[in-house]
This record gives sequence, C-alpha cells and structure tokens, in this order.
Amino acid sequence: MADLVQRTAPYRAVLASRIRAQRSHRASFRLDLFGSLLVGLVELAEVWVVFSAVGSAGGIGGLDLSAIVLVFGLAELGYSLADLAFGHCDGLPIYLRSGTLDVFYLRPQPLLLQLVTSDISLRRLARASIGAVALVVGLTINDVTWSPSSVALLVLAAASGIATFAAMFVWAAGAQFYLIDGAEATNAFVYGGRYAATQPAAVWNRPLKAVFGFFFPMAFTAYLPVVTLLGLPGPEWMPGWLGWCAPLGALWAWVLALLTWRAGVRHYQGGGG
Amino acid sequence: MRTYLRLLVAGFRRQSTYRLAALGGLVANTTFGLLKVALLFAAVDAAGGELSGYDAGEMSAYIWISQGLLGSVNLFGRTDMAARIKDGDVAVDFLRPVDVHLASVTTEVGRSVFALLPRGLPSVLIGALVVGMSLPDGPAAYALGAVSVLLGIVVSATTVYLVAVAGFWLVETRGLEILYMVVSGFFAGLFVPIRLFPDWLHATASATPFPSMMMYPVDVLSGRVDGAAALGLVGLQLLWLAATLGAGQLATRAGRRRLEVQGG
Repeated sequence: MADLVQRTAPYRAVLASRIRAQRSHRASFRLDLFGSLLVGLVELAEVWVVFSAVGSAGGIGGLDLSAIVLVFGLAELGYSLADLAFGHCDGLPIYLRSGTLDVFYLRPQPLLLQLVTSDISLRRLARASIGAVALVVGLTINDVTWSPSSVALLVLAAASGIATFAAMFVWAAGAQFYLIDGAEATNAFVYGGRYAATQPAAVWNRPLKAVFGFFFPMAFTAYLPVVTLLGLPGPEWMPGWLGWCAPLGALWAWVLALLTWRAGVRHYQGGGG
Repeated sequence: MRTYLRLLVAGFRRQSTYRLAALGGLVANTTFGLLKVALLFAAVDAAGGELSGYDAGEMSAYIWISQGLLGSVNLFGRTDMAARIKDGDVAVDFLRPVDVHLASVTTEVGRSVFALLPRGLPSVLIGALVVGMSLPDGPAAYALGAVSVLLGIVVSATTVYLVAVAGFWLVETRGLEILYMVVSGFFAGLFVPIRLFPDWLHATASATPFPSMMMYPVDVLSGRVDGAAALGLVGLQLLWLAATLGAGQLATRAGRRRLEVQGG
C-alpha cells in the first residue's frame, strides 16, 4: 500500500496542480462550468425535440420519451466522466506536431499513464451532473422493478460505460500517431460514438449495428442495459439480456484501445526536435 | 477590391494544402450523417411518413446538405482573429493598408468555400447515392440555392468575427467561444431541423443569425422551401449579413482604440 502511494506520487502531484490551476481563475472556471452545463442541456434538448415531435405514438425504435431520457442519462454520465479524465488525450496531435511529446519520453514513467494524468477537466462535472439528473429522472418516470439484480445491472452498466468511453479516447489517441492531420476521422467514432450511445440501437441498419453496436461497443454503454432493465424486447442481433454483457463490451474496448496505442507508439519516429 | 480577391484566393489555397484533414472531416461528416439518417428516418416513420412537414426524402436532403456545410460554416466559434487579438499580432494587422475586419472575413470565406470541394460536395453525393434524397426542380432553384449557401458562409464568417473582436475587451474569449459553439449549432439546425422545435424555441432560434448560416441554405437548396418563400429566406440572410457586417465595423473601430499590447 505504502509502495503504491509512493509510486503514484508524481501523477498525483501533476493532477493536483492541474486542479489548483483550474480553480484559481474563478471567473473563467465558472464560465467553463456554465458552458459545459449548456453542452449537456442542448444535447438533452436534441433528444427531447425529436422524441416529442414524433409524439406519444409508440416512440422511436421501441423507446418512448421516458425510456430515452434514461438511455441519455446513462450514456451522458459515462461519457462526461470519461471525458473528464481522458478527454485531453485528444490533444495528442498538437504534441505530435510541435514535437513536445518527446518530453514525455524523457521521464521514467509509462507514456500512456503520463498522457492520461497530464490533465483533468473539472468543468466536465457540470455536464456529468446533467447526465446524473437525467438518469435519476429516467429511473423515476420509468416503470422499474427494483431488486438487487436491477441495482447490480445499473452499477455494472454505469461503471462499464465510463470504462468504454475512456477506452475510446485512448483508441483515438493511438490512431493519431498514424493520422496526425486527419485527426478528425477519429471524431467520427469518439464523438459520433457518444451520439450513437444516446440513440435506440433498434433504428440502426446492420452496418451501423456492426460498427457502433459491437466493434465500438456503444450500444452496451446505455441502450442495452436499459432494454434489459425495463424488460423490453431487444432488436435483431441484440437479445434483451445482452445488457448484462456491458463489462464484456468495456473489456473489448480496452483491448482494442491498448493494441491501437501500442501500434501507434511503435510507429512513432519522434518529432525531430 | 483586388486586394480582397487575392485574400480570398489565398484563404482558398491555404485550405487546399490540408488534404488529409479534409478526408478526416469527410469521414466524420459521413458517419454522423448515417447515424442521423437512422434516427431521423425512424422518427419520420414513427410519425406516419411525415414529421413537421418533412418526408423521408426531404429529411435526407436536410441531413446530407447540413453535414456537407459543416466544414464551411464556422459553428465552433474559434477563429485566427481571436488568437491574433489575444497575442497582440493584430497591432501589425492595423498597420497594413487593408480593412482588418474585411480582410479577416474574406480570408475565412476563402477557406470555407474551398471546404465545399473536399467535404461539401462528397457529403451530398454520398447521401444522394447511398440514401437518396429529394432535389429541387429547375435550374433557378439551384442558382438560388447556391446564392443562399454562399450567403450562409459569409454570415457565419461575419458573425463569428464578432466573437473574436469581443477579445478587445475580454482578452480571453474561450468562454464566449464555447457559448457560441453550443448555441450556434443548436439554432443553426445542425442536430435537428428547427422546424421540429416547439413554437417558442423556433421563435427564439429565428431571432438569431444562426439559421441563416445553415438552416435557410439547406431549406432553399433542397427545394423544401421554394418560390417567394425561398426569396424571403435569402432576404433574411441579407439582413443578417448587413447587421453583422455593420456591428463588425463598429466593434473593430472601437476595439482599435481599446487595444493595449503588452511587451514589445
């Protein structure tokens, strides 16, 4: 235990300094929090606008407005917490282009761990709170049969969701070593993945199901657990019990992320600094 | 006039060197487009074949044209101008014998028009071929659509410039940029057509310049709005152009007197 405390000390020192830095500019931090809150609200509004424009006639893809609020809450909470801790991995192309990544190589610490702990975005807490509120509201307005197994399913789904989205950021960072200027291509799956996670997967065609249902396991972060929780029939390829497999989705996402990261690091030739 | 034409071409050519970036953008546009098709087609279906005046063909046209415009319309709030004001480089711009406001807008428009080639046209083509969409009838509708798209691009450049010049007073405009990003995308109709909004929200969106950047050009180019109504939308775009251009001129002049560059 003492060993662990000692070994994580440098990482904790960096993170603590990042937290202090963000909190010291109070006005700016408040504005950041407000902006982040607004991002979450507008994302909720998008979902609400579509589902309420359709009206109460059966909903979309087998989910009505109250069920999609639950899906949104679970997905948004998982995504924004992952974004808080891993979102800055997106900045890797800037380090690559300016050659500052090489500084990380000079320190006797694993590269990925340094990158992940190099920053933390506290402002995402505001967005996470929108997700949390939507989740609580969703659990209240839906007909959830409470039991130890439904609580276990929720906890499992929330934890797996955070892990899956975090893996997406690491996967994207690994792919940046190859893409550099084409970094926006990974946005299609990281931010597109977040968007996909808030959709009912039943509306997807087979290619979309293959990509966002299984290869990038976005359906496992929120939609499938909600289908299982509410006892709804699953769509094609996705039986109703598949929500229990959310941890498997997270595990696969991390395998994919770490393999991509390793390949990327081995591909990297240095910034020529 | 020739100077501004040169700046326009320079902006166009500068953007043309980032081919890989354009390809990455196209991948993102197409993926988002396919996800939007899945959800919004299901929504049209659930509403009985027509949702707030959109059938499947018109919804598809909306999705692919708006995705195509994404590379050309600045909905994220960041500009080179904001960075130049923050680090003081703008002082050099003021020494040049061009209007700082118009030069900045023209360069931005040049870059945006270029982005139509690698991102705009392919997005619309992919949508038309893979999903299918409704198209306007007659060359006049296409011509008006092209004018509307161009106006949308210019209004976007003149509006986002206002965020940048706020830096003369605020210095750090990142908070404002985030605010701009959230509001502009939502009200421009990036996520859902603003016709799907409830009335009060639709009225709020219509009172901002944001629908002029994307929603109106999409409506005109897809032929969903035609005839006098389409001319009306283009007229609205012209009004917003005049308003944002005027505000930009005034703010640049006032900001120039405000500007204080540290160091030397």
